[in-house]
Amino acid sequence: MSETPIDLRSHPFVIDLSESAQERLSECAVGTVHWEPGTKIFREGGVSENCYLIMCGIVAVEAHSPGRDAKVLQTLGQGDVLGWSWLFPPYRWTFDAHVRAETEAVQLDGVKLREYMDTDRELGYEVLFQFSRLVVRRLNATRLQLLDLYADHS
Amino acid sequence: MQTIPESTQIDPMAPVPCKVTAQWDVTEDTFGLRLAAPAGYSFQPGQFNMLYQFGVGEVAISISGDPAYPESLVHTIRGVGAVTKSLRNLRAGDVVGMRGPFGNSWPVEQAVGHDVVLVAGGIGLAPLRPALLHVLNNRNDYGRVVLLYGTRTPRDILFQQELQEWRGRFDMDVLVAVDAAGRDWHGSVGVVTKLIGRAPFDPHNAVAMVCGPEIMMRFTGRELVTRGIQPSMVYLSMERNMKCAVGFCGHCQFGSAFVCKNGPVFTYDDIGDLLDIREV
Repeated sequence: MSETPIDLRSHPFVIDLSESAQERLSECAVGTVHWEPGTKIFREGGVSENCYLIMCGIVAVEAHSPGRDAKVLQTLGQGDVLGWSWLFPPYRWTFDAHVRAETEAVQLDGVKLREYMDTDRELGYEVLFQFSRLVVRRLNATRLQLLDLYADHS
Repeated sequence: MQTIPESTQIDPMAPVPCKVTAQWDVTEDTFGLRLAAPAGYSFQPGQFNMLYQFGVGEVAISISGDPAYPESLVHTIRGVGAVTKSLRNLRAGDVVGMRGPFGNSWPVEQAVGHDVVLVAGGIGLAPLRPALLHVLNNRNDYGRVVLLYGTRTPRDILFQQELQEWRGRFDMDVLVAVDAAGRDWHGSVGVVTKLIGRAPFDPHNAVAMVCGPEIMMRFTGRELVTRGIQPSMVYLSMERNMKCAVGFCGHCQFGSAFVCKNGPVFTYDDIGDLLDIREV
């Protein structure tokens, strides 16, 4: 974890939040993390307590099945958010996250942020709204992926 | 809408025999075909030819070569139908019929002084290649140059060697995403629209040129406009079933326009609404 001061405000996820919400998020920032290629950030089924604002690099979200190679569902990079399983019970990761290229991210304490959101409903709405936008964008992207746009449909 | 250049042929309905000078595999289902162009032939980026495989049929194929060297007429073709599969069997020395060039062009002149954002999906990189080559041939005339390319798998990436060269240049950015990949792929996985948010360009001074499947262009157009590019600065190359290529037969009608004659390049401003109408 880096000791350098953390500036969340340049991250697209944070930029649209109110000043007070940005401050709350900054209070939840644990530090900047650097990962080398090959690092497993988390595994499916593990306890989910953190969220990561990716500043640069590539992280693959993967599904694994026994006896087969992991399937890369999508990759996340600069400006993306990794992990929202800490928001909803049972607070377990749904997929694996695997670093593909050297990555830097700001780690947020999801448990602390969840507590803030529970007690301050205005903050809770704002952060959940932002996460909902993110989820909708990912869902739409996944739907496009499922269409297999470039296949020969003739 | 772009100015439509006159065809360099005298009779646009009469195919001219052209000798194949080279044929090569690009990917498993895509191949390159180089023809010796007729004397005086020239084309603009974004235009297409009608290639006639005698006894089989005719098909519209975008020109993917360098407009600075029109005598070496390159097409990049996906072999999916009877004609294109037959064209794949051609070898150097064989003869194919050709009519063209037809259609309007990418706005490479209007883009002078602007950032240029090229967004390609699948085989859509082929019609964009002449525009990119023109921009790179005249690099000082343009601002930032960004190529965003999405395709199915790493095996389906077109122009791999050139992409690596472009990626290695200090004066352009190349972002590639594939829809599906294993762990041996170290690049991005996801749809090409995801790349738009992180691409380095000034949306208030950018011209975007987009080519790919229609659904991809619909979503890409929306995303580019959301990023801040004016709809009139987003250009899409449409594909329809083109037959005559000169606006007589109506096979390629798209709203009130004929893709072969009024297009294939349209602004998002002109056709964005039409893309949402299923019956068009």
